[in-house]
Amino acid sequence: MEWEIVIGLEVHVQLSTQSKLFSGASTRFGAEPNTQACAVDLAMPGTLPVPNEAAFRYATLFGLAMNAGIGRRSVFERKNYFYPDLPKGYQTTQLAKPIVGAGEVEIHLEDGSSKKVRLHHAHLEEDAGKSLHEDFHGMSGIDLNRAGTPLIEIVSEPDMRSAAEAVAYLKKIHSIVTYLGISDGDMSQGSLRCDANVSVRLKGEEKLGTRTELKNINSFRFVEKAIKVEAERQIDILEDGGSILQETRLYDSDKNETRSMRSKEVANDYRYFPCPDLLPVELSEDYIDRLRGEMPELPDAKAARFREQYQLSAYDADQLTQERATADYFETLAEQCGEPKLAANWMTGELAALLNRQELTIGQSPVSAEHLAGLIARIKDGTISSKIAKQVFEAIASGEGDADTVIDKRGLKQVSDTGAIEKMVDEVIANSARQVENYRNADEDKRPKMMGYFVGQIMKASKGQANPQVINKILREKLDALL
Amino acid sequence: MHQLTIAEIIRGLRDKQFSSVEITRQLLDRIQQQDSNYNSFITVTAEQALQRAEAADRQLAAGDAPALCGVPIAHKDIFCTSGVRTSCGSKMLDNFVPPYDATVVENLQHAGAVSLGKTNMDEFAMGSSNETSYYGPVKNPWNTDRVSGGSSGGSAAAVAAQLVPGATATDTGGSIRQPAALTNTTGLKPTYGRVSRWGMVAFASSLDQAGPIARNAEDCAHLLSAMAGPDRRDSTNLQRDAEDFTADLNKSVQGLKIGVPKEYFGEGLNADTAARVQDALKEFEKLGAELVDISLPHTDLAVPAYYVIAPAEASANLSRFDGVRYGYRCENPADLRDLYMRSRGEGFGEEVKRRILVGTYALSAGYYDAYYNKAQQVRRLIKQDFVDAFGKVDVIMGPTAPSPAFEIGAKVADPVAMYLEDIYTIATNLAGLPGMSLPCGRVGNMPVGLQIIGNYLDEARMLNVAHQYQQATDWHRASALSLTEAAAAGGE
Repeated sequence: MEWEIVIGLEVHVQLSTQSKLFSGASTRFGAEPNTQACAVDLAMPGTLPVPNEAAFRYATLFGLAMNAGIGRRSVFERKNYFYPDLPKGYQTTQLAKPIVGAGEVEIHLEDGSSKKVRLHHAHLEEDAGKSLHEDFHGMSGIDLNRAGTPLIEIVSEPDMRSAAEAVAYLKKIHSIVTYLGISDGDMSQGSLRCDANVSVRLKGEEKLGTRTELKNINSFRFVEKAIKVEAERQIDILEDGGSILQETRLYDSDKNETRSMRSKEVANDYRYFPCPDLLPVELSEDYIDRLRGEMPELPDAKAARFREQYQLSAYDADQLTQERATADYFETLAEQCGEPKLAANWMTGELAALLNRQELTIGQSPVSAEHLAGLIARIKDGTISSKIAKQVFEAIASGEGDADTVIDKRGLKQVSDTGAIEKMVDEVIANSARQVENYRNADEDKRPKMMGYFVGQIMKASKGQANPQVINKILREKLDALL
Repeated sequence: MHQLTIAEIIRGLRDKQFSSVEITRQLLDRIQQQDSNYNSFITVTAEQALQRAEAADRQLAAGDAPALCGVPIAHKDIFCTSGVRTSCGSKMLDNFVPPYDATVVENLQHAGAVSLGKTNMDEFAMGSSNETSYYGPVKNPWNTDRVSGGSSGGSAAAVAAQLVPGATATDTGGSIRQPAALTNTTGLKPTYGRVSRWGMVAFASSLDQAGPIARNAEDCAHLLSAMAGPDRRDSTNLQRDAEDFTADLNKSVQGLKIGVPKEYFGEGLNADTAARVQDALKEFEKLGAELVDISLPHTDLAVPAYYVIAPAEASANLSRFDGVRYGYRCENPADLRDLYMRSRGEGFGEEVKRRILVGTYALSAGYYDAYYNKAQQVRRLIKQDFVDAFGKVDVIMGPTAPSPAFEIGAKVADPVAMYLEDIYTIATNLAGLPGMSLPCGRVGNMPVGLQIIGNYLDEARMLNVAHQYQQATDWHRASALSLTEAAAAGGE
């Protein structure tokens, strides 16, 4: 039997507004508990919400980036439930009339293919606080700093068919919100959180299978693993003749398994109704047009421009435009060194490996675009070989200075002086009587391959600094003279 | 001095006939001596009041006194007062001291008014007789065996008993107008959004509106001028600039078209009350106004629609009282569920619980369309009735309450009978219109109120119309004290 996985994602993105969705308290991350919660956030009696214009601006920008309809009149509703970190006893959110309607976005997969994923809608809502269950001697602590922080919840259609597609979609959302500057997108701090609805069905079947909801999978890697392991679990059950229970499940990254969030309560009835403390918010055509005019260049458009302007491959262009900071780094680098293809290779190769190894973002890179440009310039003008360049790159990364300083200090300058190289070639030939004899006796078509030995010896003698092209030329002349 | 109106106090203070400290001290003494008869105050802030009065006297002496400088008032205990307990008539908030002032409190303070304390009220403003208060019922100064009306019964009784010349109040379905009618005072519920709701503990957000209760329309105009105004902290505020509502008081009512809705004189209305209201309408005719028969066809749907919408909103508004951050918390909760159940179970009174349950039910899956949505549709029909009527008339008049004040305890066991107390006042809240009640006679010894309903933002005209009536009649000048104080004197 061939199974198909069907995935829809609900992504919560924390908007990087200065103040909260309905109060003037700061949204800064990491402050002492309850120091950023004002009377409104604490739901003190008689306090009232006042909407934050920036949150509407950010949500509208997101909607425009997703090619979505913008709700001209959006309505906040109350979602009622009791929880200690939900001070009002209801969450102010949007249901029937969200600010962002249906849209779609293109995702790019590693095999170079791409597909469209439809957006069901995205709505504005306030975040809850945090319950802290440790260090309170059998009691729970409550931190309301996060309570009231603006979120957009982005709900996709069930359009994804593999864990890889889900990750590509999530990366696209991450890339759009960071390009727009509406969120820092930091998954480790919870600025971007993901729930996945996963079901499976037999290939060719039209009806959707029963889905489970995977909660709070908070890294790209865990999204991929959680979906895979959950789909396998569902397939195993179905192949054994069982059926899937519609439920919420938690992903345990240590055990790489999902497990049921056992809830004794029956399904919650949230009793949504329009919040009478807030009027419907109407956005004018002018307001939306003005924001459309303020939109920065988005990843897809930038990738297309990189292909065109810098002659990059589609893969490189996608890689380099996923994050705005990466794209900015690339453009600085390409401009300064004048070698866009080489620049792209270095960024997707050595630089990406370095950042990955040291778990750094491009913004934290120990090798600046200026330094890397200096390095590439020295490859281009023949001062160093590509091989030596890798050594110089590592030295720059460990803080030894720019390319010229490193090359100078370590004496890595490439030797292209024919006199010096000729001397080395002569020495190697003189010391390799057996290899020379073999070369002479070999068939002509085998000889080029046999040259490798001599080149290796000469490179060794020059500590890698001899220009390989010059070696080849001189070596061939000298060996051929012995025939 | 306790018989003086706000307008008279303003003049007296400016003419140096007496000081703010003098009148403040005298009223504080009266409260101390007499309020045990009425139970109209929950908290008296004597020390703070005297300090404010001293400051007011300095301002008066310096000649830069704001409009209400030195005038003693009281606040319904639904308005948050910084550093002063704000109980909302509930055990739930018996220990609650807000760190902020309501906008109404702030505005009146800026206008120079001196608050003597916080008045009694039905718990969370849910009631029509002031019997649901955790602090006990308020007794009607006209007959202390009778109710004061509610939910602003404390404010109304304090004014009627001449403990203060005026007080703030709130009205969600009639809570300013009905107690005003039952205590021979004048009360005004403004257009929804005219007065900021910031710092006013919410009952039903889309219906709640603050207004004044005083001895006459002129005093209401003085208080409303200070209370109303723009406030960015309330998104539903109309952001209208402050107005001087006393400006139009002396205009003639010649040619005024008064709509008289036939639905307000039907079954359920006490015949004597109806007669007093008809007398008042005749008085207006004498003053040159014209009576126009009108119909508000959806009137009978107002009470059922209200008792879906108001409890629905209340059920969410009161969720914050969970024993977690402030207010009442039960002893030794076993776990979270126990904390919620017992804190709310022990902290709320019966009527509040009844309304939370009704509201929760009305919003539940499967019932939402039949109740909440239907009620909202009815609300639009009711509003349209008024829009149509105001196409033909300038104001609408009728009774405020179906009968005079009833005996304490008479309707406690029958919530529906209690809800019908507000049958003539509720529709204006659903429509967001301003409404007023003023004295128009008595049945036996008990006062009867005339209701004036105005068009949106037409408070100045309503106050003008009421003032003109009060220039021509004496009903509002009658004092409960001639009865109770005489009785007390006779008993000695």
